[in-house]
Order: sequence, then structure tokens, then C-alpha cells
Amino acid sequence: MKNDYIIEVNHVSKQFEDGKFALNDVSLQVRKGEFVTILGPSGCGKTTLLRCIAGFQVATTGDILLNGEDVTDTPPNERPVNTVFQKYALFPHLNVYENVAFGLKLKKMEPYEIEKRVKRALKMVSMSDYEYRDVDSLSGGQQQRVAIARAIINEPEVLLLDEPLSALDRKMRSDMQLELREMHDKLGITFIYVTHDQEEALTLSDRIVVMREGKILQIGKPTDIYNEPQSSFVADFIGESNILDAVMVKDGLVHFCDRDFECVDKGFGEDTEVDVVIRPEDWYISEAKTESSKSKDEPWQLYGEVKTCIFKGVHYHMTVLTDNGYELEVQDYHAFEPGSKVALLVKPEDIQVMKKTQLCNTFHGTMCEDNQVEFLDEVWDVSERTAERFDPGEEVDIEVDFNHINLQDYEEDGTLSGEVLFILYKGDHYHLQIRTDDGDDIYVDTNDIWDKGDRVGIKIAPSWIRLYKVEKNETDTK
Amino acid sequence: MKLIQNRKNWVWPYVAILVFFVVLPLVLIGIYAFTGQQGGFTLQNFVQFFQRTEAVNTFIYSIAIAALTTIICIALGYPAAYFMAMQSFRTPAVMAMLFILPMWINFLLRTLATVELFHMFNLPLGEGALLFGMCYDFLPFMIYPIYNTLQKIDVSLLEASQDLGADRWKTFTKVVVPLSLPGVYSGIVMVFMPTVSTFAISELLTQNKITLFGSLIQRSFGEGGIAMWNYGAALSLIMLIIIGLTSFFGSNDNEDINRQA
Repeated sequence: MKNDYIIEVNHVSKQFEDGKFALNDVSLQVRKGEFVTILGPSGCGKTTLLRCIAGFQVATTGDILLNGEDVTDTPPNERPVNTVFQKYALFPHLNVYENVAFGLKLKKMEPYEIEKRVKRALKMVSMSDYEYRDVDSLSGGQQQRVAIARAIINEPEVLLLDEPLSALDRKMRSDMQLELREMHDKLGITFIYVTHDQEEALTLSDRIVVMREGKILQIGKPTDIYNEPQSSFVADFIGESNILDAVMVKDGLVHFCDRDFECVDKGFGEDTEVDVVIRPEDWYISEAKTESSKSKDEPWQLYGEVKTCIFKGVHYHMTVLTDNGYELEVQDYHAFEPGSKVALLVKPEDIQVMKKTQLCNTFHGTMCEDNQVEFLDEVWDVSERTAERFDPGEEVDIEVDFNHINLQDYEEDGTLSGEVLFILYKGDHYHLQIRTDDGDDIYVDTNDIWDKGDRVGIKIAPSWIRLYKVEKNETDTK
Repeated sequence: MKLIQNRKNWVWPYVAILVFFVVLPLVLIGIYAFTGQQGGFTLQNFVQFFQRTEAVNTFIYSIAIAALTTIICIALGYPAAYFMAMQSFRTPAVMAMLFILPMWINFLLRTLATVELFHMFNLPLGEGALLFGMCYDFLPFMIYPIYNTLQKIDVSLLEASQDLGADRWKTFTKVVVPLSLPGVYSGIVMVFMPTVSTFAISELLTQNKITLFGSLIQRSFGEGGIAMWNYGAALSLIMLIIIGLTSFFGSNDNEDINRQA
């Protein structure tokens, strides 16, 4: 039985010579005629994935199928795919016509047939009058059009686009987005589009693939990705959002910002730590009544004061500091001046509950002598009370809470040094991901403000390191 | 102090050098070429050259040898430059260095060493030795400009070519070669110009058996005495025109290189 997938990427990993994984066990299926966008920040592996599909890079493990045929090791010139390159990659020694005709001439097609097709392709991208122009004399947008014409003239089964609009200005970009979408519908070719621009991804795609650090985090329709992100990273990357620490009290009831909220999510268990996402536009905001006039059946859930209010064209974007100390992003068509007292409300269906990937930092290490334990290639002090339960040389599991890791301004002051990789604001604190120099990740909750890329020293007070006996039977049952 | 502070004044030493060692000699060559031994304007020196078959033959032979040297240098230099520019070499800088290294040594010394080499292996000096010596001396001048243009070719252009269905060979002939032509042109100029006027290499490597145009000029001034200066000046002017023509051919393409960069 044949399925209708035109591209199948099965467990593909790409490891570079320095040992780093650009792709880490990536699987993706694309249906014929689909417009799929691979979205992620720079360095997430999205371009590598595209280049593996195009054939410029060969996957270290895993395989890629095109129309059910294994093309993992097929050179790019023998694959029925064409690419629109990020910087267009037009041949400077050829004019517009010759650039577009390049692929057809290689196929040894009749000259009159080539001419017919080149004219048709140029008409499609509205570049008919530019046939004999030097490519260097064209503007960025025009070069982009020629690059698209050059790629679609070969009638590929799949068109790969590597951030094709990133070099264009904003207005031009939105025009080209519409044209690309139209072209896709007209040609019926499968498009795989790589971008770091979430707005572009939401506008263009049938499906979005969100990637981070060589892994696929979520695949789904634009509305699903936006409304039901599965992790705090996706929520943060796609549009603005409030991401807060919460506890799932029971099915349909979640506790955050010091109060219970009704929600529609189920199946997380009772009293489970979770993250909740609330989009800024999902808050209802109103002027707060004075204390005395509040009635018992008041629907408002939170009260606070507007800190900032920015006009964004159609709506206003406001930051509200609630009376119990949470900072929330709120969008509304009406402006509430800074300083005004407001009330907030969110509907149960607008609260998106996500499972936390980790509840605390967990490491594996070995006990040393003198109340010390070794993990992450460093030796750490632990409290005597904890240490006496273990023998030197014994393997242990280590847990440290996010909020008990101490970050130092100077790398030298820490037991370990690392770099701030990712920052998430959680309403009343920041959740940081620190990548140590050995490539391990440590997660930290802090009230201090750090920037992405900051070098930090990492310290942990002895009393906050929890040690556990390694449960041997887990490995035995394999 | 003001004289030094004004940077425009810094140009004067160079202007002086140019005037005394370039412009003035050129003017003198022009004057000498068009004057007879008794003075007065004449075309006699040129007529004399074209009447001597031996001289004209030497002239043609020199151009042919220079052209042959240039062709051999392209044939040897292009692949060398290509492999150096390819990413597969981890240290292209070291490779480039090795090719450039011979240029650190004076070419006369190198030529003398070549003569010794031929003696050592009992090889006859003559035309073969002459070609060998000239290619050996001028090969780096061919490799370097080609290497430079090849290195600047955007990798995405090669990928685009492959993406559109060209295999490695087609990519080479349809993209790499056309884009590296400016480098080849400058290489041609850099090799052809000095080889067409050389005389030391030919004298040493053929033991004066083969006379090149450069030697002819040198002899007119050196051995012919003052009487031959006018004739020598005319020969110099003819060679200058030939070199001028080739460098014109090259300068057009240098603009291409600049535009691409």
C-alpha cells in the first residue's frame, strides 16, 4: 500500500565534525501539494533539514524518502526538487533569460520549447520585460522573482525555499508572501519553506513545524500551534504570550497568580506542576470599581494597575501589574492609561495548560570524600547530614530546584561557568536555560535580569543539593 | 611642518620617481626611436627592423614562445588553483604559500639553479630548457589570480547549479570556468608581458643559442654601442605597443573583477 506522502523524513540526525548535532532524530511527513513551514530561531537546524532534503548535506543517520523512493544519498542534481536560495544565488555571468533557462538547457530541450517556458515562467513572476537584463542590475525583490522562476521552470515535485524573503523590506515581504501563496495554489507543487519569522509562518503555511536545537517541538496547523502550544518555548516563540507557573489542582481547575481558575484541560493528574499560556488578547480588561461597590458575584479574577500602554496600530498593548505581584501582558482595543486600576478576566477555554518538561534539575554523579559530590565534571560541597548517608565512590542521583541555583556576574566566582541560552518571563520571575561549557543544561529561576548570551558563574549552596540512591532495577529490567 | 601635515604633499616623492624613472625614459625612447644617427626626424629605424627578416623572425618567435609559455602555465596553473580553492584542503593558505614561495627568490638565481639542474641530469639546454625555465619562473603569476577569483565564487552558486540538474562536470564548465575567466585573463597578462620581453632567461638557458626579442633590444644598447641606440629605441617602442595591447586586454577584465567583488 502506498501512502500519499511526497516527502518522508525518518529519524534523521546530522552530526557535524565537531560532534555537535544539527539535527537530532527528526521525523516529518509532507503530503503532496502541502505548504509546510519549518520555523525556528537561528541555529535550530531548520536550514540543515532543508539542505538534507535538497541533497547538499547527507544525513548521518536516518533516511529521506521522496515519493516513496530512498534518496538519502542521491546527489542534488538527480532529485526532483528545486531550491530558492536565501541570497538568490543567481549566476552573475548570465542574464535573466539565461539564468531561468539554465535548468532546461541542461535537459537538452528544443530551443523554441525553452523560450516558450522561460517566457511563461517570467510572466508568472511578473518579470516579462526583464529577459535580457543583467542580474546585478535588478533590485532585491526582482532578483528574488528571477530565482523563483528559475526554480519552478523545472517543474519540480517539491520546491524548497530557504528564508527567501529575509533580505526584503517589510512591505515588499508581505506582498511577496501573498504572491508565493497564490503561486503555490496555482502550481500545485509542494512547498517547504524555512523561516525564523513566526508571522510569515502563520500567514503562509498549511502546517508549521517548530524546531529548536535540532529537534522538532511541535507540528500542526497555524491555529493549533498558536492556540495550543505544547511547550513554553513554542508559546514564547509564536507570538506574544503570558507563560506562568501553575498547579493543576484537578481536571478543569488550575491554580496560578494565587487563585484558582476554571479551565478545559484534563488528564494532568491532581496537584501537578504545569505551565499555563494566556495570549495577551485573551484577557478581558475593564476599569476596576472601587472596593466598596464590588458585588459578591463579581466575575473579575484579578486586579491590578496598568504600568505601560503602547499603541500598536489596531490595538493597545499594556503591561498590568496585579495586586499580588504578577506582571501580565494584555491587549485590548481600548487604551487604559498607565496608573489606572483595572480588573482582568480570562475565559476557561483561553487558558492553555502545558506539561512541564522538567520540575527540577537532575544530574548523575559520584560521592567523594569530605562531604563532596562530583557531577557535571566539578566537585560540589554538600551538607554533612546529606553526605553521611552515602559512601565515597557511590553513584548518586542529584536534584537541585530551579530557584536554588545562584548565578554570579563573573564566571570565576562560580563552581561552573556557562552561557544564558534562553530566557522566559513567567510573570513574577525569569526562567533561564544555562548551557555549561561542556554542553550540559541547567535551568534556573531568578528575579535578576540577564541577557541572552551573558556569561555566568554557577554556584549552588550545599544545603540545596539533594542526593538520592541510584535505583538499580531500572537498568536491570532492560 | 605644514608641508608634512598636509597629506596632499606626501604624493610628491612618488611623482618625482615617476617622472624621472618612467615618464622621462619613455619620452627619451620615443625621441630616440624617431631620430636618425645624425639627428632629425626619421622612420628609418622602423624600416630597418621590418627589412631585416632575422629581426622580424625573432620578434614572431618571441611572441610564439611567450604565448606557448602562457598556454602551458594555464594548463598547469588552473588545476593547481582549482584544487587550492576547493574546500577539501584544510589549509589553502599553506598551499598558496608553497606556490608563492619560489617568488621570494630572485628569478636570476632560480634560472641559474635551473641551468645547474639541467647540467646535473645531462639534459641539453635549448628550446625545451627555455620553456621549462619560463614556465617555472612565471607559473605562480598564473596560479595566484586564478586562485583569487575561484576562491571568491559563492558556494551557493555551485549548489544552485547542482540543484538545477548539473552534475559536477557541467557545474565546472558552465559556472566555475566562466566565473574564473577574469582571473585567467589577469594571469595571461601577468605571464605574457614579462615573458615576451625577457632576455636573461633565454640567454642562460639556451647559452645564447636562441635569441629572443628582449635580447635583441639588450644587445642593441649593450654591444651595439651608441650607434645602435636609435634602432634599439625603435625595437623597445614596438615591444611596448605589444605589451600595451595585452595589458589593455587585461585591464577590461580587471574592471569585471572589481564589479563582482
